[in-house]
Amino acid sequence: MNFVVPDFYPAAAEIFVAVMALVIMLASTFARRIATALAYYLTQATLIVAAVVTVATMDGQVMLTFSNMFVSDLMGDFLKLLIYFSVAIALLYGRGYLADRSMDRPEYYLLTLLMTLGMMVMVTSNHLLTLYIGLEMMSLSLYAMVAFDRESARSTEAAMKYFVLGALASGLLLYGMSMLYGATGSMEFSGIAQAIYHQSANSTVLVFGLVFVMAGLAFKLGVVPFHMWVPDVYQGAPTAVTLMIASAPKLAAFAMAMRLLVYGLFEIAEHWQSMLMFLAVLSIVLGNIAAIAQTNIKRMLAYSGIAHMGFVLLGLLSGVVDGDRHFALNAYSSAMFYAVAYVMMSLASFGMIILLSRAGFEAENIDDFKGLNQRSSWFALMMLIIMFSMAGVPFFIGFFAKLSVLQAVVAAGYIWLAVLAVVMSLIGAFYYLRVVKVMYFDAPEDSAPIHAPADVKVMLSVNGLAIAVLGLLPQGLMSLCAYALIASL
Amino acid sequence: MDMKALYLLVPLAPLAGAILAGLFGKAIGRAGAHVATIAGVAIAFIASLVIFFDVQAGNSFDGTIYTWMEAGGIHFEIGFLIDPLTVMMMLVVTFVSLMVHIYTIGYMQDDPGYQRFFSYISLFTFSMLMLVMSNNFLQLFFGWEAVGLVSYLLIGFWHDRPTAIYANMKAFLVNRVGDFGFLLGIGLVAAYTGTLHYGEVFAVASELVGVEMAVTGWNLITAICVLLFIGAMGKSAQVPLHVWLPDSMEGPTPISALIHAATMVTAGIFMVARMSPLFELSDAALSFVLVIGATTALFMGFLGIVQNDIKRVVAYSTLSQLGYMTVALGVSAYSAGVFHLMTHAFFKALLFLGAGSVIIGMHHDQDMRNMGGLRKYMPITWITSLLGSLALIGFPFFSGFYSKDSIIEAVFAAELWGAGYAMVCVLLGVFVTAFYSFRMYFLVFHGEERFGKAHHGHDAHHDDAHHDDDHHHGLAPGQKPHESPWVVTVPLILLAIPSVLVGFFTIEPMLFGEFFGSAIHVADNHVGLSKLAADFTGPVGMAIHGLQTAPFWLAAAGVGTAWFFYMKRPDIPAAIQRRFSAIHTLLENKYYFDRFNEIVFAGGSRALGTGFWKIGDRGVIDGLIVNGSARVVGWVAQLSRLFQSGHLYQYAFAMIIGLFIMLSFWFNLG
Repeated sequence: MNFVVPDFYPAAAEIFVAVMALVIMLASTFARRIATALAYYLTQATLIVAAVVTVATMDGQVMLTFSNMFVSDLMGDFLKLLIYFSVAIALLYGRGYLADRSMDRPEYYLLTLLMTLGMMVMVTSNHLLTLYIGLEMMSLSLYAMVAFDRESARSTEAAMKYFVLGALASGLLLYGMSMLYGATGSMEFSGIAQAIYHQSANSTVLVFGLVFVMAGLAFKLGVVPFHMWVPDVYQGAPTAVTLMIASAPKLAAFAMAMRLLVYGLFEIAEHWQSMLMFLAVLSIVLGNIAAIAQTNIKRMLAYSGIAHMGFVLLGLLSGVVDGDRHFALNAYSSAMFYAVAYVMMSLASFGMIILLSRAGFEAENIDDFKGLNQRSSWFALMMLIIMFSMAGVPFFIGFFAKLSVLQAVVAAGYIWLAVLAVVMSLIGAFYYLRVVKVMYFDAPEDSAPIHAPADVKVMLSVNGLAIAVLGLLPQGLMSLCAYALIASL
Repeated sequence: MDMKALYLLVPLAPLAGAILAGLFGKAIGRAGAHVATIAGVAIAFIASLVIFFDVQAGNSFDGTIYTWMEAGGIHFEIGFLIDPLTVMMMLVVTFVSLMVHIYTIGYMQDDPGYQRFFSYISLFTFSMLMLVMSNNFLQLFFGWEAVGLVSYLLIGFWHDRPTAIYANMKAFLVNRVGDFGFLLGIGLVAAYTGTLHYGEVFAVASELVGVEMAVTGWNLITAICVLLFIGAMGKSAQVPLHVWLPDSMEGPTPISALIHAATMVTAGIFMVARMSPLFELSDAALSFVLVIGATTALFMGFLGIVQNDIKRVVAYSTLSQLGYMTVALGVSAYSAGVFHLMTHAFFKALLFLGAGSVIIGMHHDQDMRNMGGLRKYMPITWITSLLGSLALIGFPFFSGFYSKDSIIEAVFAAELWGAGYAMVCVLLGVFVTAFYSFRMYFLVFHGEERFGKAHHGHDAHHDDAHHDDDHHHGLAPGQKPHESPWVVTVPLILLAIPSVLVGFFTIEPMLFGEFFGSAIHVADNHVGLSKLAADFTGPVGMAIHGLQTAPFWLAAAGVGTAWFFYMKRPDIPAAIQRRFSAIHTLLENKYYFDRFNEIVFAGGSRALGTGFWKIGDRGVIDGLIVNGSARVVGWVAQLSRLFQSGHLYQYAFAMIIGLFIMLSFWFNLG
């Protein structure tokens, strides 16, 4: 057997991040006194350099390497860049929070970096096994991060639930993958697609596998009925970690859906589209309604996240209509736009919770936002922008995200689905607007001034304003999403 | 220099000024605010001048600056259309705005809202420029609404006066009526042509002729034009949507000059001229325009006769002049309408600023019955106001003569339905205009000095009781009026120059030359100005000819009557008032439009609202939908809480159940 040296060039960013993870591990062992700060800055630097490397190695071509297990294309590069950004922002928001609770140990940053690496591998996978490895790498890091506050019973419980349910989902996913392999004889996405195209696949086994794979995917996206972990974990995890879970991994999960469903199983789109419809409808209905009953804002945002992921699925399920694939690009890019918009809003909203929290105090109840306008009218305005955008009020980015997804749904002919989604968004507007109401019309219960490092305040303002500005000028980001997909569709 | 950057600079410079003065007004102080905004508008004016010469050299531009979004095949864009019509409007807007900015330094010097005021007028300039420079309906509508918003803010500038709040609410509501029509018109255009871009709409406009609308069977192009014109009626204060303009005089005087005389109210005229390729296709719509315009021109003029508030006289004269412009549009003499728009902008801004100067001199007393003989004390204001009045009544060689006479001649030549009625209205209007203008002039500047004596009470709207202390009213006994500071008089002089001269120099290129080129379209079957062009012998010839025509003698008669009534025999008007008290009451009450609106529309909609509230809102919506759906929502939420028990095994169980549902369902399917 000949050993061919693989082409490392397309995977330069992944290799760099992996090496840096090792460097940080060693460095923080030896530089004990400044270990935490060192790890933080090295991690941030790694993310920046990784972005530079990704841009430098991006050339618009689809490049395969490592025996076709790894693919480098525009969609992957674009999503990876977004992942670096969102991880970096999440670290920036969370740093003070961790320090206040003496959780800012170097391991945290190391885990963050490994999680990032896992997501990168997921995004660039061209093979069921690569996808699985990336997924597990990300998940294991996240399990550990949720349990990072070892003294907190709630954290530990959340981590335990997350881990057990995650293991179950992993099992389902692996089982489904083995079915797919059994049915098509290939683990490469393009190989699977070809086998189905040539009708050499056993369709019963294929659909059987699809259902299991879908269950694993749904768990990662956190959609109903595989969502049960979401509220408990969001609430139980330290807010800095919740912020991490609620942002970049959603992009990775979107990439996973694209790779698995669109690149691998496009030929049986009719099947998975109807499954997605089942999941999407349940998620949008349950997410929006259950959020109303919440008093804890982290839990409320968890349910809102479930509903938002339902919207992403709406985009994904509108690609193929009666075998006609003309709508595919629009539909998938609308889903991608939605995912990106959601990540921006999610970062900002959890960032606000962190901003209001301080040592010994968690601002995790909606009541903690009472009278925010009197304490800081600027950040009340930012929260207003975030909530309006999440509710889908024009003209914020959330509105255009919803609009483009709904356009795709209507173009695909599912009018009833669009109507349902709009009605549910309307119901959902209630709990977003409730936050605005308590901020502006209720008297503050807590009059402590807001203390936060300047970088967090600036970043949060930039984040909030970006939601508003991109709502006014959404076309650039929309075209970017379409451009990232068109090359690889 | 890149022209595109220059185009962008024109609206953005005032916007930057507005932002600086508005958001950082405290930091940059009063002087900072006026320096910033005046610099912004001055830059816009200079850039407009450069663009003007560029357009004169034969260049034009029609392009997109930014695509906001695309939905359903329609592009929503920001774009500029730079052609002679646009550039003329840009010059007028920036020039008058610049004058008003400078004037404001003097007029508002004691006002606590100084920075806010400058911010608003710069914001207005930005909005107006966006409106006129637009190349598509969306941006037109944006500018349209933005100028309306600023107008609303400025009418209510002194927001502690209940009358100002009433007036701005009224302006806002009446404009909603117009805008509703406007929006429907734009919607029809978009629905039937699939685009919002002017050029593309005009290119396919001829295909819309004869198309009937679904369901109603109306003629499409007529419906579009009438609806668009309803928008113009709101903004340009045409009967019956004129009721807001006189009340808008509650705002500070510079605003009356800039927004409610020179620029914003002419937006409707500009819009119709811009849409000339559409209006030319529908004679019915043109007749509608003509009749509305003629009615406004004459009947609003009558109201000017009975007003005693100096600003209200000018306001009614604005209404009447807007009617003239509309008449010009109706008879397809678009360029004459726009020409009158331009000359009117200068002399009406001048008259308003002159009135403002008088008001400063009179210590914020606006009642003409308390004035008289001001000529001695305010010589510059006197001369410039005289020039403005002469321009307004259309005295030969003055700018107003050229524009107004062209309109009247065009009405003579017109063959449209309603042209006969319009002819009577515009001719009588000349007499009326001359009469009330010189009534005001004589009452203010000549005759007995009536100030410093016991006050005539103001109208109900101007009751002193609720004015704040900064605006002390009227001169104390023995006190004399004084000429205003230079920041007030310099704009007067600078506006007086074009008021006198601009018509003489521009009539030939604008009306009969190639100035507008393809910007204005007149169909072959409409007379427009063609008959006039055939007789035109040059501005001097026209003025000399004008001395022999009916309008001149009517105007002279108006001036003479005013002189006789108010200088010679002041007892006559009082006698007439007694003899014809019914007519006088009718005019005093402005034909009862306000009462009618209040009872029928305001009262009617309140009754309708109450009805809906009782039956629809409380019965159906609250009872059934809101509480009913809230119960359902609450129930589902409780149910989900039940499942979300916190027990791990239940979560896992839910996942497995979900998996089984999916499995069984898709296997039955497959």
